[in-house]
Amino acid sequence: MPEFLPVLFQGLIVTVEITAMAAVLSVIVAFVAAFAKMSHVRWLRWCAAVYIETFRGTSALVQLFWLYFVLPHFGITLPAMAVGVLGLGLNIGAYGAEVVRGAVESVPKRQREAAAALNLSRWQTLRFIVLPQAFLMMLPSWTNLLIELLKATALVSLITLGDLTFKAYQLNQATFRTLEIFTLVLVFYFVVAMGIAAIGRGLEHRFGRHRAKEA
Amino acid sequence: MRFDWAFAFDVLPVLAKAAIITVQATLVGYAVALSFGLALALMRRSRAKWLSWSAAGFIEFVRSTPLLVQLYFMYFVLPDFGITMSALTTGILGLGLHYATYTAEVYRAGIESIPKGQWEAARAFGLSRFRTYQKVIVPQAIPPVVPALGNYFVSMFKETPLLSAIAVVELMQRAKIIGSETFRYLEPITLVGLFFLGLSLAAAWAVRRAESHFSLTRRMKQAAEDADENAVAPSSPA
Repeated sequence: MPEFLPVLFQGLIVTVEITAMAAVLSVIVAFVAAFAKMSHVRWLRWCAAVYIETFRGTSALVQLFWLYFVLPHFGITLPAMAVGVLGLGLNIGAYGAEVVRGAVESVPKRQREAAAALNLSRWQTLRFIVLPQAFLMMLPSWTNLLIELLKATALVSLITLGDLTFKAYQLNQATFRTLEIFTLVLVFYFVVAMGIAAIGRGLEHRFGRHRAKEA
Repeated sequence: MRFDWAFAFDVLPVLAKAAIITVQATLVGYAVALSFGLALALMRRSRAKWLSWSAAGFIEFVRSTPLLVQLYFMYFVLPDFGITMSALTTGILGLGLHYATYTAEVYRAGIESIPKGQWEAARAFGLSRFRTYQKVIVPQAIPPVVPALGNYFVSMFKETPLLSAIAVVELMQRAKIIGSETFRYLEPITLVGLFFLGLSLAAAWAVRRAESHFSLTRRMKQAAEDADENAVAPSSPA
């Protein structure tokens, strides 16, 4: 078994890299799309709605293939890594946008009214009143979404990126040690997912502390 | 590069044929997910520790690992144990088992929301545990979770392109084959995207309808209205 472990570890590193980069992208995109969708400007709202519905309504794999096979026809050829990060980041970002919007809208209206009474600016209200409360509320959903993202990174193996799944597939073709390889790979993914879940719980604990004290 | 409508219409019938496989896989997979999910939920609530633990472990593990790797596992490993299935059957089973772990959690939430009084009443009637589940708990637990179950139907539908990885020629695979034969990926892959978008939007609309149909407040309102009518009817002047 040990002889193919290094190859799998190489793949694991690629998987973790893609997950991390796509996670950052998806969080940024989700916040932008969520605030665009809540904006007073109609065309912004409209753009955000189209983005969210398109990426939530089609398959992640179809999106990756579109970026990988169709974009070059328009003269834009991205490396597989960029396609993976972009495709998955945009996909999870669309789901994240709804999570962010839900959390921000669930902050009670009175909080905003109180902030207005204290003469806080719109930005201050957002920064010190709304976001800290919304952040805590959206943490569990983000943990789940990032685990979904980790699982979705397996798709990049189908656009020839050498991630964990890709290495497993290759090793399997070469060695036929099917049972060990795929069992190990499943365990790898499981461990990373548990890691993400643990970080999520840690953050909830860390940021929920103040809240619990005040209550 | 321009979108070639004539070419798009040419490939449409071929894609439509492949779409049938996609729909078939979704429907059969969903049936597996619904039935096995309920079994998992009940096992998870079983009083036998080993049963509830193994169900919980299975749910947690399968939910946290990629469906694609699970499909490879089933496709490549099971034959070593003498279990040979067609790629489509493997794909449908894999899809169904994966989503069963999601539906199991939905069922569990539904079952746990049933008031304890229902259990106690069933006990007072001398119903066995099995009978209580069958006649009292499950029939009440399912209607409120129908929308959540419906959402997983939509998700499963969007995951079917994964079956292309184990050589099932469904919609996505057909589009790729057309692309590699004609060197035109734009039309087939865009059409596949539109097909998924159209069906997902339709399905999301259906789920919303189901949501309002099964929503508790609406049903309570309905019941109240019915009661009002009955109450008013006798006293109204003839």
